[in-house]
Amino acid sequence: MPEDPKPPAARSTNTGTPEKPVAGANPVSATPPAAGAPPAPAKAAAAAPAKPAAPAKPAGPVPTLWEAALVDRLKRRFGSGIEAWTYLGQHYLQADGAVVAELLQILRDEEKFDYCVDVTALHYPKRERPFDLVWILYSFPNNQRVRVKAQFADGAGAPSVVKLWPTTNWLEREVFDMFGIRFEGHPDLKRILLPDGWKGHPLRKDYGILQQDSEWVQINLGIESGQ
Amino acid sequence: MNDPNSAVSPLDLDAKESTFLDANELILNMGPQHPATHGVLRVILKLDGEKVLGLECIIGYLHRGVEKIAENRTYAMFNPYVDRMDYVAAVSNGLGYCEAVEKLLNVEAPPRANYIRVILAELNRIASHQLWLGTHALDIGAMTPLFYTFRDREEILKIFEKYCGARLTTHAFRIGGCLYETYDGFEQDVRNFLDFVGPKINEYEELLTTNRIWVRRTRDVGVISGKDCIALGVTGPVLRASGVKWDLRKAQPYAAYKKFDFEIPTGTNGDTYDRYLVRMAEMRQSIRIIRQAVDGLPSGPIMAKVSKVIKPPVGEIYHSIEAPKGELGYFIASDGSTQPYRVRVRPPSFVNLQALDLMCKDQLVADVIAVIGTLDIVLGEVDR
Repeated sequence: MPEDPKPPAARSTNTGTPEKPVAGANPVSATPPAAGAPPAPAKAAAAAPAKPAAPAKPAGPVPTLWEAALVDRLKRRFGSGIEAWTYLGQHYLQADGAVVAELLQILRDEEKFDYCVDVTALHYPKRERPFDLVWILYSFPNNQRVRVKAQFADGAGAPSVVKLWPTTNWLEREVFDMFGIRFEGHPDLKRILLPDGWKGHPLRKDYGILQQDSEWVQINLGIESGQ
Repeated sequence: MNDPNSAVSPLDLDAKESTFLDANELILNMGPQHPATHGVLRVILKLDGEKVLGLECIIGYLHRGVEKIAENRTYAMFNPYVDRMDYVAAVSNGLGYCEAVEKLLNVEAPPRANYIRVILAELNRIASHQLWLGTHALDIGAMTPLFYTFRDREEILKIFEKYCGARLTTHAFRIGGCLYETYDGFEQDVRNFLDFVGPKINEYEELLTTNRIWVRRTRDVGVISGKDCIALGVTGPVLRASGVKWDLRKAQPYAAYKKFDFEIPTGTNGDTYDRYLVRMAEMRQSIRIIRQAVDGLPSGPIMAKVSKVIKPPVGEIYHSIEAPKGELGYFIASDGSTQPYRVRVRPPSFVNLQALDLMCKDQLVADVIAVIGTLDIVLGEVDR
């Protein structure tokens, strides 16, 4: 997430209904600055892939602190283990990898986030802990969404939440398949979309777009290459 | 659910169940090439005679690495790819993706574009449900509805073709609004279609709703409770048929849905028959929405001010819509460049398919076909 401070955009956050289109935002002025002032409209705009340095980032939205009763309760319990942010009207909790399991448990049991929408990951290879795990949660009683994020090192096991939300069974398997993150406590962690014997985890950034497990392809498909 | 893990138990093929006669136990492979799996789905069934003890889905045969492709394309270039996931509801896929990127850009599509989006998305919902009904009925043994539904679905595809030149993978929307203005006679075409399809839906119902064979094959088959649906993340008509009144168009309205008056049909038993009724009712609600949208179609621009080169600021967004099959979500992370850092698609079919094990347990083999049909999965979306 962006941590570099940018000119504040002073966005109002509506805590109750995070996913609703932000009504206050002026759509026109908030358009991103990429093509700040392209000269002659038609031709130039089509030809110039925004090389004319567009460093002037006027009113880019920035994450703001999320303040809510829910956050206060969590802060009381976890202290500095979590940070709560709002970006474009959506709330997320940045949690420490050590407390995230407990945090998710509390969110389900006490804060009524009874539906785990999705589990996914992001790979930042240059970081010390290169993986961001993201849990997207939804609460039916409160019609509220929240995302939980935590960083994990390569090879470090992440906590499995299949016991809390059975839906995460396949979702965690997919994250394991695509990123190679191991979920500790998962009942049956194995590949789901790729074949069992496949080598490599395609959604890692160091896995090329044309890369494949050629050994597997040759043995199992009897062809030189799948492309 | 007593033990949440039991819902999606891994199928241990080696472990012997201590049933009365072990010899009755049979491992049966179904698919991946099987007409009733709606694509390339492989199901390994563990049977005790006719009874299903458990099953395991093997998926991934259609995996194309859509999420990886997204990281190597610009935002606009990735737009047509999403149509190829749930290819029977391509408009919904495009709508979800465009809205997610718009959110990331902090832009809103103009009202007219939103109305056009609603009209096409709801037409697509009808088309998707018609295709579901035809194939589902065919699986169960009723051949006639297939011809009826395909005949009528054709009219929707004709409207799509006239609007954007494509019938299935439409690529109808662009980031920021719509590329195409409605063609001359669009509104009349849509109205004519609505007048045409309303009685046709009654016709389907006449064939099936009170048909004794249909009722016997669907009632109390593949029952799932609302609580289990939520635990398993099942959304869409399956969730609503189990009595949970939840629809993203109402819960967290997007596009222009806030402006329209419609109801969320729900069922009570959570069986295959209720899911059938819910989808039939949904088609009627879609007609209602489209009628309001065509009547109130505002004039004005159809494209918001979006630069040719889309470069969202650094940040992450999750946006989801109510696709015909359930909650379709896009999680997009931007690193400030022209290509997304990560696009994650939350496919409804993939998550819903996970419930197959629970829904088929202790049912008959023949019902597995009915349950696969009633889940309304598209393997292009399951595997991505």
